[in-house]
Amino acid sequence: MATWKPDPSFYPSPRMAAKAPIEKLAYVAAFDPDRKKPDAIAVVDVDPKSATYAEIVGQVEMPNTGDELHHFGWNACSSCLCPNAPHPHVERRYLVVPGLRSSRLHIIDTKPDPKNPKIVKVIEPEEIAEKAGYSRLHTIHCGPEGIYVNALGNGEGKAPGGIFLLDHDNFEVLGQWEMDRGPQKLAYDFWWHLGHDTMVTSEWGTPDTFENGLVPEVLLGSKYGRRIHFWDLHKRKHLQEIDLGEEHQLVFELRPAHDPTKAYGFVGCVISLKDLSASIWTWYRDGSKWAIKKVIEIPAEPADPDRLPPILKGFKAVPPLVTDIDLSMDDRFLYVSCWGTGDMIQYDVTDPFKPKETGRVRIGGIVSRATHPGARNGALNGGPQMVEVSRDGKRVYFTNSLYGAIDPQFYPEGIDGWMVKLDVGDNGGIDFDERFFVDWPKGHRPHQVRLEGGDCSSDSYCYP
Amino acid sequence: MSPWLVLAGLGAFHGINPAMGWLFAVALGLHRDSRSALWLSLIPIAAGHAVSIALVAAAIVFLGLVVEPQLLERVAGIFLIAWAAYYAVYGHRHRVRIGMTTGLAGLGLWSFLMATGHGAGLMLVPVIIPLCLSASPAGELTASGSLPVALAAIGVHTGALLATTALVAGVVYEWAGLAFLRQGWINMDMIWVAALLATGLILIL
Repeated sequence: MATWKPDPSFYPSPRMAAKAPIEKLAYVAAFDPDRKKPDAIAVVDVDPKSATYAEIVGQVEMPNTGDELHHFGWNACSSCLCPNAPHPHVERRYLVVPGLRSSRLHIIDTKPDPKNPKIVKVIEPEEIAEKAGYSRLHTIHCGPEGIYVNALGNGEGKAPGGIFLLDHDNFEVLGQWEMDRGPQKLAYDFWWHLGHDTMVTSEWGTPDTFENGLVPEVLLGSKYGRRIHFWDLHKRKHLQEIDLGEEHQLVFELRPAHDPTKAYGFVGCVISLKDLSASIWTWYRDGSKWAIKKVIEIPAEPADPDRLPPILKGFKAVPPLVTDIDLSMDDRFLYVSCWGTGDMIQYDVTDPFKPKETGRVRIGGIVSRATHPGARNGALNGGPQMVEVSRDGKRVYFTNSLYGAIDPQFYPEGIDGWMVKLDVGDNGGIDFDERFFVDWPKGHRPHQVRLEGGDCSSDSYCYP
Repeated sequence: MSPWLVLAGLGAFHGINPAMGWLFAVALGLHRDSRSALWLSLIPIAAGHAVSIALVAAAIVFLGLVVEPQLLERVAGIFLIAWAAYYAVYGHRHRVRIGMTTGLAGLGLWSFLMATGHGAGLMLVPVIIPLCLSASPAGELTASGSLPVALAAIGVHTGALLATTALVAGVVYEWAGLAFLRQGWINMDMIWVAALLATGLILIL
């Protein structure tokens, strides 16, 4: 229903959003890698003053098994205040939760009781395939024309993957977003520059190349995604693709600058075939075109083959595997998850072409198995993965699972889930909050984190 | 009240709505860090609005030539109520065609689409019909009698819209800032729907 005033969690600019009240709850996608019991959205208490701080205080289970919940998002956010498509009298209330494996979409109401969210609508994969021609739902963003959902496969589970739209009031599937997709075939992440009318998308692979784990031949043959694509956000037309080059594989998370006047952003590349390094690239406006430049290279670490999983033994090294990145609201700090080595690295990206490392912690990791002050067993597995930053930039949350079929390729004994929190110094520097270690209940692995009221990868803004 | 004052008042009412252009003008000024971008954008915003109003006025005058004034008012009233219902349900469900990099022509098109979609011109119908009728001695709508009056009505309305848009955009850009939107942006769409309904009822009853 329409409201009389804008939702209080909408902010015209990222500067104003950075002054938002501190979040008290986090919503975390949790999935069962064995696909036997239903996945869930867990509610984690992140209020340090609360008696149940760092505990799971609520949960809503999905109606089916085997969804593999992925990068969920809100039905509406600050982009509703945009001047060209204003419709700010809606509530940020519903979580839109996609199943990457099932292609099912769940609408979850957080309103009456935020700690006890309820499913209000389920959209079945057949309906999405019929109306939008897509499957393998991956990421959700609220934006100018409603809710945008991207998918890694078409209706038959093949290429091309792409984006479709959902009405943000009644959650009807409106149809495919692209009007002219040009050469784009693969999909992974997407986001936009509202100030520059530009959509950006990245690439992983077709479902047959990841649903049973990464396929070494595909990887070594450089057949996974290695491009990013730029689109006219309003004409829905492909404008330009940039190939990062044959050695670069798996181009994942896209983090455009929050300030809508800035025309640059960061994207992580998981692995280089040359030396197993991971890299961060800055895309930017160069005259009338977009261009991209590698700005960070994180090297692989030599390791004893006996301590490596079969897929890595021959390389005698641990790849960093940068699987997620996140940019603080003031566009100052970039957080980089190294799921392989176990590092979470903070860079000062005030100059987006000259990042400076300002902080690093290590937890888990294929070889290091680094522990946490709050952990009991002293040898953690999994590594920093989905990372989320609070709007004020003072707190960073992350979990340790990547994808059910890929987790055992790098962590063969399976992953014991955990969620941790970092405190950020005023001028950079990161440290574990010793009180915050969520030892995830067995049977589920935690994935994407969303913070109450919005976070650094949920909202986009039209005003500087 | 003088119909000319009502036209001007409706111009101010339209101008104060963030969805009619002052907010876009402020955003363009902020984006391009340019005061002149803000002032320049007011021209296509006013022009797009005026064209939208003019089309409705032209349709009314044209219809007035072929049907009786009383029937014209009924038809217009029913149309307004239908538009209010449409807008309440589908008001914001439309393609977004114009973005922050738009030029002046795009902005004019945007303003035209927004004014048309909101039914801005329809809201003026109860004022325009009697004005045009009173312009001809026989109390009938004639093309020669209506044209100058209709043009004057569009001019007065658009002038008031432009003045209001400029005032609000200027104050927000120079002093107030955008933070007040979080509390102060009341649901103008609800007020518009009520205004369209009321206007439709006035015409019918």
